[in-house]
Amino acid sequence: MNPSLPFFVLATLSVFSALMVVLSRKPVHSVLYLIFCFFTIGGHYLLLNAQFLFAVHIIVYAGAIMVLFLFTLMFINMNKELEPHKSNLLKGAATIAAGCLLLVLVAATKGAETLPAISKTSDIGTVSNLGKALYGQYLLPFELISILLLTAMVGAVMLGKKDVE
Amino acid sequence: MVLLSTPVDYLPIAMMFVVAIGFVLFVMFATHWMGPKHKSKVKLEAFECGIESKGNSRLPFSIKYFLIAILFVLFDVEVIFMYPWAVNFAEWSKHGLAAFGEMLVFLGLLVFGLIYIIRKGALKWE
Amino acid sequence: MEFFLIKLVLVLIVFLVSLGVAAYSTYAERKIAAFLQDRVGPDRAGPFGILQPLADGLKMFMKEEIIPTHADKFLFILGPCIMMMTASMTGVIIPWGHGLEINGTFYPVQITDINIGILYVFGVVSIGVYGIMIGGWASNNKYSLMGAIRASSQMISYELAMGMAIIALIMTTGTLSVREIVEQQHGIHWNIFTQPLGVIIFIICAFAECNRTPFDLPECETELVGGYHTEYSSMKLGFYLFAEYINMFISSAIISSLYFGGYNFPFIDQLGLSPNMLSMLGTLIFFGKIFFFIFFFMWVRWTIPRFRYDQLMHLGWRVMIPLAIVNILGTGVYVLFKNGQLHF
Repeated sequence: MNPSLPFFVLATLSVFSALMVVLSRKPVHSVLYLIFCFFTIGGHYLLLNAQFLFAVHIIVYAGAIMVLFLFTLMFINMNKELEPHKSNLLKGAATIAAGCLLLVLVAATKGAETLPAISKTSDIGTVSNLGKALYGQYLLPFELISILLLTAMVGAVMLGKKDVE
Repeated sequence: MVLLSTPVDYLPIAMMFVVAIGFVLFVMFATHWMGPKHKSKVKLEAFECGIESKGNSRLPFSIKYFLIAILFVLFDVEVIFMYPWAVNFAEWSKHGLAAFGEMLVFLGLLVFGLIYIIRKGALKWE
Repeated sequence: MEFFLIKLVLVLIVFLVSLGVAAYSTYAERKIAAFLQDRVGPDRAGPFGILQPLADGLKMFMKEEIIPTHADKFLFILGPCIMMMTASMTGVIIPWGHGLEINGTFYPVQITDINIGILYVFGVVSIGVYGIMIGGWASNNKYSLMGAIRASSQMISYELAMGMAIIALIMTTGTLSVREIVEQQHGIHWNIFTQPLGVIIFIICAFAECNRTPFDLPECETELVGGYHTEYSSMKLGFYLFAEYINMFISSAIISSLYFGGYNFPFIDQLGLSPNMLSMLGTLIFFGKIFFFIFFFMWVRWTIPRFRYDQLMHLGWRVMIPLAIVNILGTGVYVLFKNGQLHF
């Protein structure tokens, strides 16, 4: 068996599901394809033995953020008649904006080939090693993130509150 | 004694996935093929609560549920990042109080957020 | 190659056993309900009605499959399928027994032992929400939608407290592998003695995650007709009902392996039996524990009335989460004290 076979299977599935997110007409279907896409990306993390990242990806992205997405889709009134018609100008602008994003993302991977390769059997991605890095070397950013989350909580509560006269 | 699992250990999960999906598809096709098919327009109407349904059910619902979902995402991120700490805690706690202190700061902010949410009445259901 | 074959056989066995246990849980539920309400319960299909689950299954197969015209057909079918799949995926990481030694090779009675086992469970649980949400939404029925939204808010709320209860457990065990956690509870060193509060939180959350009474508001018939599965018929309804019983079986297995010693039992070393015999005995005892918890689930269902929705949310956010945080702090102090870092 070709050792990179799992990678190619997963990669094909990720690209396919990512395309379906954009191409499917119904928003709820898009969300489901996105969840599937997250699973395949989780599979890539597993192939690299980044186990904690895999767990976070499934629990936080597929399990929490996508629930929020589905709630949002159900929350906004989704009757067909209400769907705004998008003009060609808007479509053109969206294409350019998405193209710029693609460019930035591709540019960000430049120089990655010079980084030292990590072997697949390395245990750098296990939960306990990640914990040692997170609570040792990166302690300050980590604690600051909890402040960021606190801010987000306050923001959510302010947005969700009823307007009191 | 750190057990190290490799990507191969996750293969049985994929197997289980395939078995489960096979079973589900088989049952779905089997019932589709076995059950009687006497469709009528009235039968295919939504049952709802027994009487004729009014309008579409793509209705907006209470924002409380939405708020719960947002808060869930935030708390979920905090909870998941406590796992790497918890795994190492048994080891770190042998060398002093620093590890516990680190978590106290993190947990303190989380508790502060929870108190804020409760005090603001965001979780109050009428 | 042999490795794959063994794993495949184990996967099939675990899958079939979960189906079998779930099928007979439906029978047990009806018998226990009958007993608690002073009735006879099902007794027509076979002696004492023990063929009842088969009859029920066959009936589900033979029923007409109805997909309402206004429903989103693809999602309507997908909902129960996701529910069934997520229910059967968790059995993979549960250690069903210590292991057998055949011809000098050791075969653990567990499909796979990954070192993020508990996080995997947590992940599968978090995906379980979609089955209900999608099914309820796709039905295009106001009551189903409300049932689905209630169910998902309930499940995500209790998932947090459940995650925090597990954190306190991990602080004492120092590993996420379910097998290692069970091995550490050798004999009678069960985690319930170090985590009494954690057990209570975990069990309550397990009830909420399985949508069992007193947390069965999503299918509260006095308010919501049949809840999220009102529009479902034939085997699609069967999947929803069946998945609940599989979830119950798996939750019972997880509760017993995390807190009640799994396949360990007291005086395991004094019996003087061969390791293989002990391992088989352990598996039997593990199933005994699982059946006790399944019985407990049913006992509670037929004893306690259901909550009101605001009470449920109140319990989830203002009682369970603070309690779980107190549990984490308490466990931290306990571990520090045990390691001689704190002096009173």
